Amino acid sequence: MRKLLYKSILSLPLTERAPPVDERALAELAQNVQAAARLRLGRSLAIRQVDAGSCNGCELEIHALNNAFYDLERFGFHFVASPRHADVLLVTGPVTTNMREALERTYAATPDPKWVVAVGDCALDGGIFAGGYGVVGGVSAVVPVDLHIRGCPPSPRDLLAGLLALLSHQS
Amino acid sequence: MTTLPKILGGGTDVTGRWPRVAVSSKVWEFAGQQLEKGAWTLVAHWAEPAMVHAALRERGSGATGILSLDVPDRRYPSLGRHCLSARRPERAIRDLVGLEPEGAPDPRPWLDHGKWGLRHPLGERGAAGDMESYRFLPVEGEGLHQIPVGPVHAGIIEPGHFRFTASGETVVRLEERLGYAHKGIEALLIDAPLERAAKIAGRASGDSTVAYAVAFAQAVEAACDTAVPPRAAYLRAVMLELERIANHVGDIGAICNDAAFSLMHTHCAIMRERILRAADIAFGHRLMMDRVVPGGVANDIAPDGKNQIVKLLALITRQFPALIAIYEDTASLQDRTVRTGLLRHDLVMQFGAGGFVGRASGRTFDARKNLPCPPYDTLKFEIPMLERGDVDARVRIRIREVEQSISLLGQLFAQLPDGDIRTPVAPRAAEGSALVEGFRGDVFVWVRMNENGSVARCHLRDPSWFQWPLLEAAIDGNIVADFPLCNKSFNCSYAGHDL
Repeated sequence: MRKLLYKSILSLPLTERAPPVDERALAELAQNVQAAARLRLGRSLAIRQVDAGSCNGCELEIHALNNAFYDLERFGFHFVASPRHADVLLVTGPVTTNMREALERTYAATPDPKWVVAVGDCALDGGIFAGGYGVVGGVSAVVPVDLHIRGCPPSPRDLLAGLLALLSHQS
Repeated sequence: MTTLPKILGGGTDVTGRWPRVAVSSKVWEFAGQQLEKGAWTLVAHWAEPAMVHAALRERGSGATGILSLDVPDRRYPSLGRHCLSARRPERAIRDLVGLEPEGAPDPRPWLDHGKWGLRHPLGERGAAGDMESYRFLPVEGEGLHQIPVGPVHAGIIEPGHFRFTASGETVVRLEERLGYAHKGIEALLIDAPLERAAKIAGRASGDSTVAYAVAFAQAVEAACDTAVPPRAAYLRAVMLELERIANHVGDIGAICNDAAFSLMHTHCAIMRERILRAADIAFGHRLMMDRVVPGGVANDIAPDGKNQIVKLLALITRQFPALIAIYEDTASLQDRTVRTGLLRHDLVMQFGAGGFVGRASGRTFDARKNLPCPPYDTLKFEIPMLERGDVDARVRIRIREVEQSISLLGQLFAQLPDGDIRTPVAPRAAEGSALVEGFRGDVFVWVRMNENGSVARCHLRDPSWFQWPLLEAAIDGNIVADFPLCNKSFNCSYAGHDL
């Protein structure tokens, strides 16, 4: 283990430069997010991820945000274990009818001011699963959404560009 | 004595590797007894509005096939009376199709949480009635307390509910309640055009998208008698093995992380990212979604794809042993994984649990070996097997499987044939099935096609169906704090199970 740690100290970091801020995300945020909320949150955002019925593909890419290449925490984002500690709900999946109540209650448990970021094509409008008896639809059918990050699943780069828009919009 | 091949030989609609025959209720009962004796293994159990199906495998001969029972009065003899692994599928059949398994030991709903606004979405649909609140199994005893967890979990994970009953720190019972991710995929597949159906099937469980896409494609190809070009079969195998390595490497790190050993997690996450990037370059998608289609593959490997993957394999071959050495030499980590979450061999056999969960408890089944489709029938590889059945054994199986997959990828690229990558599927009204080894275990798909090339009916069975119940057994007697470790060592799919 010592050898590996020593090698890690001597080698260059793998972390890559941040992608440019997503312009489309900025435009969407300008419409949705109030200036008052921006002022109060500062540059550190606590994220609570909620899977409202995804295929788990989006979760894999959200996980990847924490690896050394993307290193999400350098921007002040961190994932928290409870909605009580969260500023941002990162919601994936078409919202299933079986998860609707859980999502509503998670939203209610998150203190104001808060943002909801819907991740993936399914979270936008139900995606390929739209129209089934088991699916309510996109996240905005259940809770208000401030920002959509598209993709099936969105790559970690896309996710980062969207989340950075959230930061740059509020500062 | 009657055997499965004899029963299957008696029917008229025998085709391919998974012949399906209609049987009498007497034979259905016989099947139940064979399951109880352990002579047969249940591979899948599903239903249509007036017919119930059981895909089976005979343990000795390895024969496989599907028995179907007509149930005009919507009642059939329960298999769950004889066989534990049929119990949850039966509850799902009752919820989705509205068929009643007579004598079933568990009358509670499973996927239906009373929120759909209707009943029996895959059978004769009816208006939703009042559903009483879900009754968890009663637990009695002095000093017991319960811990409800989920459906929203503390980490970045899928939704599901766990009800722990603990005596102090020790778990005396875990009861799972699933179905939160139920999207109604099988209803969405009814009359779906083939292209759309393949996309939906590939999103049953995102981490196994290649395995699902291959299983669905093979089932369609079996139904429509489509010959897949050799190059496409090889490219599918390349994607399957890349998916397996990516998931195994990521999960080995994540398991160590759940034992608070983040160094492994960090390095495994870097390796996983490199694998996904190579997959992106080679096939144009990090998870390789929608690359496998009925008839072949959607696009050929990129010109630089082979080179990228070969370089990646060299890197993994160089770095992986050092990481594994850390896993094996760190006493504090071994202290957490060895003898934690023990899973008994007899349970694994009863449930026919596949993947590393089965193979860490002495069940060797691997669809790549036991029911090989090309090109696996010509490749050299071993199926690692251990008998201890603890978290450590499941980790070690996955380590060995990574090594085997690296060797497989080397062989695949050495022999990669030239030629077409896709054959058009000639539509016809027919049925087909397939069993494909994903990273988690064997994925079973049965499909009935319409004459116009759309899907008439489809059933997707995730390996998790026969692994989730075993997690309840494995956690028994462990401390609550070891649950994340045990859970991650199983890594069952919620989405694939709930559909």
